[in-house]
Amino acid sequence: MCVTCGCSVGEVKIEGEQAHEHAHDHVHPDGSSHSHDHPHDHTHAHDHADGQAHPHSHDETPAHAHAPGVTPKRMVQIEQDILAKNNAYAQANRQSLAERGIFALNLVSSPGSGKTTLLCKTIALLGQQAVAVIEGDQQTSQDADRIRATGAQAIQINTGKGCHLDAHMVGHAMEQLKLEDESLMMIENVGNLVCPAAFDLGEAHKVVILSVTEGEDKPIKYPDMFRAASLMLLNKIDLLPHLNYDVDAAIGFARRVNPGIHVIQLSATSGEGMDEWLAFLRDGIAQASADRQQTVDGLKARIAQLEARLQQAQA
Amino acid sequence: MHEMSLAEGVLQLIEDAARKDHFAKVNTVWLEIGQLSGVEPEAMVFCFDAVTRDSVAQGARLEIITLPGTAWCMACAETVPMTEVFGECPQCGGYQLQVTGGTEMRVKELEVE
Repeated sequence: MCVTCGCSVGEVKIEGEQAHEHAHDHVHPDGSSHSHDHPHDHTHAHDHADGQAHPHSHDETPAHAHAPGVTPKRMVQIEQDILAKNNAYAQANRQSLAERGIFALNLVSSPGSGKTTLLCKTIALLGQQAVAVIEGDQQTSQDADRIRATGAQAIQINTGKGCHLDAHMVGHAMEQLKLEDESLMMIENVGNLVCPAAFDLGEAHKVVILSVTEGEDKPIKYPDMFRAASLMLLNKIDLLPHLNYDVDAAIGFARRVNPGIHVIQLSATSGEGMDEWLAFLRDGIAQASADRQQTVDGLKARIAQLEARLQQAQA
Repeated sequence: MHEMSLAEGVLQLIEDAARKDHFAKVNTVWLEIGQLSGVEPEAMVFCFDAVTRDSVAQGARLEIITLPGTAWCMACAETVPMTEVFGECPQCGGYQLQVTGGTEMRVKELEVE
């Protein structure tokens, strides 16, 4: 178990997934298939598009032991990011989302900031807009149940002792969801202001939610998260009259850590500020659709060009 | 933060390399960890020892190379050293800083046999 945050592995459960009858299509370079008989702890080598293309040079710099029977020591250059595996999965998720024009957000905060309430309210206000939600919690499917009660589709990932979602779990959850093209996908990460900061899930943006019942100085206490996020939602502002909370100080601390962070003040309960948040979401969905359309148009144009050349060649 | 996950990431990279480069024992692992990466070296060593048990890297020595933190100060219009993510510019005292270095978490190289 992790000594700093208590996280552990091997207990991940994704709703709707049978207990490890993994028939997923991870293509191995040698064409072999693999069956998972382990409790989802991923020590198998998924050689995805990443990791393949890194040449290892063998510099036999240290001690050449030429004594018979002794294996010589040698150096192996790795030069790879520790999170390379996660980042490769995240990139695959990001590409799949882009191909389908889906705007994906990764919502992060401490427990109790009002993420699930905000999500439920947002889904209700978006009306006909298709929304899918991936819920991350250590235990229970309560949050996914709350989302499903709004009519949106949701899937729960239980991380067991894990303190964050990773891109591999999210990729599996995406397979379970029936995602609509040109829609919105929101990932509610495990309530934790530390660990989820480092794990790219393939989202367009990390959105950090800070409620005014927490301290103003959270951004400098947990700087990694506020640096990783591009938007901060200052939630529960309907409670401000009852609190001794300095909004400007909180925003100042967030900007100190991340000068470019965009801030929206809102309350899921009173509805104040929700328009700005909904506008952000609608812009994002429109942009994702437009980007997809551009790709499709580009491909069609290339097909037309190639068909014209083919006709010329055959003429 | 999550040093256990990171230690597992390191082990995965080592195991991949072991398959490609055919080695059975790792003596030393060099990591490059940026000063601003949020990784606690002590926790990293502890977790590494735990996850490498019964693996090709069991008993390997973990050497952590700390890389300095740097940031671009918009006010000074130059790169300045940083020791904390939320620190102030050592020259002008301002906070208009974009971190440019020191967030690395890399496996640099291995000594194997």
